[in-house]
Amino acid sequence: MGQIVLTKVRKAFGEVEVIPGIDLQINDGEFVVFVGPSGCGKSTLLRLIAGLEDISSGKIEIDGKDATDAPPGKRGLAMVFQSYALYPHMSVRKNIAFPLKMAGMSEAEQNARIENAARVLNLSNYLDRRPGQLSGGQRQRVAIGRAIVREPAAFLFDEPLSNLDAALRVVMRQEISELHQKLKTTMIYVTHDQVEAMTMADKIVVLHAGRVEQVGSPLELYNAPANLFVAGFIGSPKMNFITGPEAAKYQAHTIGVRPEHVEVSKDGDGWEGKILLAEHLGSDTFLKVACPVVGEMTVRGNGEMGLHHNDTIRLKPRADRIYRFDDKGLALK
Amino acid sequence: MARAVSKNAKIGYTIAAWTVALVIFFPILYTIITSLKTEQEAIEGFNLIPSFTFESYQTVQSQNDYFKPFMNSVILSVGSTILALIVAIPAAWAMAFSPTKRTKDILMWMLSTKMMPAVAVLVPIYLIFLRTGLMDTRIGLTVLLMLINLPIVVWMLYTYFREIPGEILEAARMDGAGLREEIVHILAPMAVPGIASTLLLNVILAWNESFWTIQLTTTNAAPLSAFIASFSSPQGLFWAKLSAASTLAIGPILILGWFSQKQLVRGLTFGAVK
Amino acid sequence: MATRQTQSLARLMRAPAIILLLVWMLVPLAMTLYYSFLNYNLLSPGQTSWAGFFNYQYFYTDPAFFESIKNTIILVLGVLTITVVGGIAIAMLIDKPIFGQGIVRILVISPFFVMPPVAALIWKNMIMHPSYGVFADIAKFFGANPVDWFAQYPLFSIIVIVAWQWLPFATLILLTALQSLDGEQMEAAEMDGAPAYSRFIYLTLPHMARAITVVILIQTIFLLGVYAEILVTTNGGPGFASTNLTFLIYRAARLNFDIGGAAAGGIIAVVLANFVAFFLMRAVGKNLD
Ligand SMILES: Nc1ncnc2c1ncn2[C@@H]1O[C@H](COP(=O)(O)OP(=O)(O)OP(=O)(O)O)[C@@H](O)[C@H]1O
Ligand SMILES: [Mg+2]
Repeated sequence: MGQIVLTKVRKAFGEVEVIPGIDLQINDGEFVVFVGPSGCGKSTLLRLIAGLEDISSGKIEIDGKDATDAPPGKRGLAMVFQSYALYPHMSVRKNIAFPLKMAGMSEAEQNARIENAARVLNLSNYLDRRPGQLSGGQRQRVAIGRAIVREPAAFLFDEPLSNLDAALRVVMRQEISELHQKLKTTMIYVTHDQVEAMTMADKIVVLHAGRVEQVGSPLELYNAPANLFVAGFIGSPKMNFITGPEAAKYQAHTIGVRPEHVEVSKDGDGWEGKILLAEHLGSDTFLKVACPVVGEMTVRGNGEMGLHHNDTIRLKPRADRIYRFDDKGLALK
Repeated sequence: MARAVSKNAKIGYTIAAWTVALVIFFPILYTIITSLKTEQEAIEGFNLIPSFTFESYQTVQSQNDYFKPFMNSVILSVGSTILALIVAIPAAWAMAFSPTKRTKDILMWMLSTKMMPAVAVLVPIYLIFLRTGLMDTRIGLTVLLMLINLPIVVWMLYTYFREIPGEILEAARMDGAGLREEIVHILAPMAVPGIASTLLLNVILAWNESFWTIQLTTTNAAPLSAFIASFSSPQGLFWAKLSAASTLAIGPILILGWFSQKQLVRGLTFGAVK
Repeated sequence: MATRQTQSLARLMRAPAIILLLVWMLVPLAMTLYYSFLNYNLLSPGQTSWAGFFNYQYFYTDPAFFESIKNTIILVLGVLTITVVGGIAIAMLIDKPIFGQGIVRILVISPFFVMPPVAALIWKNMIMHPSYGVFADIAKFFGANPVDWFAQYPLFSIIVIVAWQWLPFATLILLTALQSLDGEQMEAAEMDGAPAYSRFIYLTLPHMARAITVVILIQTIFLLGVYAEILVTTNGGPGFASTNLTFLIYRAARLNFDIGGAAAGGIIAVVLANFVAFFLMRAVGKNLD
C-alpha cells in the first residue's frame, strides 16, 4: 500500500512562501516524477511528504491516515538522498541494517532482508566495506538498499542520479525502473532532467514556482501540454514559440511547434530561413535557423540531407502538430 | 605537483631542509642531551655525547618533588579541557545543527573574548582569587583555564560538527531514529574524531599556559610552567638538572603535539586556514 | 532540521557557554575599569580614594611607559618579520620533494610545544649563556670574546627566543596554505614561460596572502602578551630595556602593589589589542560561509 494525498499543502520559510498550496493524489504503486526548474520547490515538496520539514498548513494523508504531524520515521516512507547520505562510520551491511535495527527487528530477519537486498542490488561482495571504499554507483545502490529493506509504503528519491556520470546515470535509471516493476511500490522521484522524467514516470507532476502546472502521463504532457510553461519544459530540444501574424492565422495568440514536427526541405513550402548552426548527431541533425517571418527556430532535420551552415532552407510545420495558446498562455483546444 | 624531480635536486633539497630542521630543533635536542650529562660534563663546553646518566632526573625528583607540579599540570590541563568540552559540546552542537540568524554573530563575539589581553584583567582576577581563597588552588586555576580556552573549544567543535552533512541526520530520521538514537548511533561516532582533536589541542594549550599559572600559584597548585619559571633565580642553578626538569616538562606535550599538527592549524586559526 | 522542538532545545544548549563567556568578559573588565579610577595600593589599602584620570595621566608622563610601548612594538614587529619571512622560506623548502619529510616537519614544529618558561630557560642557559652557552662555545672556538646577550642586547635576545617559539606556527600554517596551491596553475604558468621568481611573486604569494594575514594577526594577539620569556630571562631589564606593556603592568600590580595604576595600564592594553582584533575579526569573519 502506498497512497499519498496532499490537501492544500502550503509551506513558507519565514516570510517567503515557497509552496502556496498544492493538492495532489499519488496512487498506490505509481511511479510519480516531480519535475521543474531549479528552485521551484521540488525538494521542499518531497521533504514535506517525508516529514523532514513541517508544513505551514494543509494536510498529508498516507494510506488514508493523517500523517501531517507524524515524525519522519513513523510515516513508513524511505528516502534516497542526492548525496546518498550513507553513514560513513558503518559498513555497508550496517548501513542497510540501520533502519531495521531502529525498527527493533530480530537479527535473523535483518540478515535475511540484507542478503536479499544485496542480491537484488549486486552488493553481496561489498557488504563489509565502508561507504568511502565504494564507487559512486555502488554508493547509490547502498542508499537504495537501505530504502528497500524497510519495505516502505513509498520510496522518495531526490535527484538520486545527479552525482553520477552520464553513462552510469542511464544504467541506474534503468535499474530503478526495473526495481519499480519488481517491487510495485509507490515511488516519488524528483529530478530536473526531463529525460529521466519522460522515461521513468507513470505520472509526471510539473512544478513551477511552487505550483502544479500539470499532472499527467509523459505522453499526455507531450501531446497536450496545458500551457506554455509545460509545453516549453517537456520535450527536447525545446518547443519553438511563434507569436504575431503567423500565430493569428491559427486563431491563437501564440503557436508552438516542436523541432521534430517540422518538415525541412531545400526548396519546398513553408518559412524560408538560413541555417545559423547545424549539429550533426548522425541519425539526426539539429538546426538553428533564422527565419525572417517567424524568428529563430530550432528544428530536427534528416541526418542524410547534407545541411550546412549558411544554407537556405524551408521549414513547414506539420499542420496536425501545431499547439495553440491564448494570450494568457493556456492551451486552446 | 606530481612530477619527477631529478635525483640531485631532491638530495639538495633534502640536505637544506634537514639542516634547517636540525638548527631549529637543536635547542631542544641539546637540552635532552645535557639532561643525560653529569653536572661537570654539562659546563665543560660543547659536547654532543653525554655519559647517559639519569642522575639529574633523580635529583630533580628528590630535591624538588617534581612529581607534584607534574600532576598539577595534568590535572589543570585535562580538567580545564574536559570542563570546557562539557560546556562547549552542546553549544557548538546547537550552533552547527540548528543555526539561527545570530549564530555567526555569537561565534564572532566568542572569538572576540579571546582577544582580551590577559594583563587587562590581571588586577581583578588577582584580587578575586586573593579574597575568595582561590589563590594557589587547583580548582580556581582549572576554571580560569577553562574560560580562557572556551572560545577556541567552541570554535573548533563548531567547525568539525559543521562538516557532518545534514542529510545524514535526515536519513537517520527517515530510518526511524529518534533524537537519542540519532545521537548515539550517528552523531556521536561521527563527532568523536573532532572532539578528540579538540581535546588534544586544548590540553596542549592549557599545559603550556604560563601567565596565569605564574600569577595565581605559589607551591600548592603550581603546574610545571610555574615550577620551571622558579628555576630562573640564580641560586642553585645546575645545567644538567635544569635540562632534566625541562625535558620532563616538555616531553609529554611534545609527543602529543606531534600528533596534533593538523588540528593545530585549524584550532589556532579558528578555521580560517584549513 | 528545522522542526519546532529542536529550536528551543538548541537555545538551552547554547546558553551555558554564552552566559559563562559573557560573565568572563564583562565582570573583570568592568572591575578593571573601576579600579583604574582609584588610588589603590595593596600596601596601604586604607588610603584608597577616587583618582579620576590620575592613573592614566601617570602612565602618560612615565618614561617607562613609552619605553615599554616602544619595546612592545619592536618585539611584535621583530618577531613577525622573522617568523613570516622565515616561515615562507621554510614552508617552501619543506614542500619540496625531500627524503624524510614527515620527520623534518616534526622537528620544525617542535618549538611551538615548548612552554614559554622552558623555552626561555633553554635559550638563556644552554644557548646564550655568556660562559656555558653554545654561542659562547662557538665564540671561544673562533677565539672571540663571548657576548653577554641578555645584558648587552636584552630585547634582541628576547625577540630571538619568541621568534623561535612562533616560527613553527607560521611555517605550519603557511605550509598548509602552500599545499592547497593548485598544481595545474603552476604548471600553466611554467608553460607560459614564467620564471621561478615571478611564479613566486605572482602566484605563490597572492595565494598565501590570506594565510600570511592570519599568521600576522593571530601572532600579534599573542605577542602583545609576551610575559614568561621576559620574567625568566631579563626580568624586564636592564632598567626598562626589555620591559613590554604586559610586563610593565605586571610590575605595577605585583611588585609595586599599585592596583589603580595596573588597572589603567590594563585598559590601555585592551585598547591596543582591540585595534588589532578588529582586523583579525574581519579576516576570520569573511571565511564564515
Ligand atoms: N530552509 C530553507 N529556508 C529558506 N528558503 C528555503 C529553504 N529551503 C528551500 N528554500 C527555498 O525554497 C525554494 C525551493 O527550494 P527547493 O530546494 O525545493 O528547490 P528545488 O526545486 O529542489 O531546486 P533544485 O532543482 O535546485 O534542487 C528555493 O527558492 C529555496 O531558496
Ligand atoms: Mg532540490
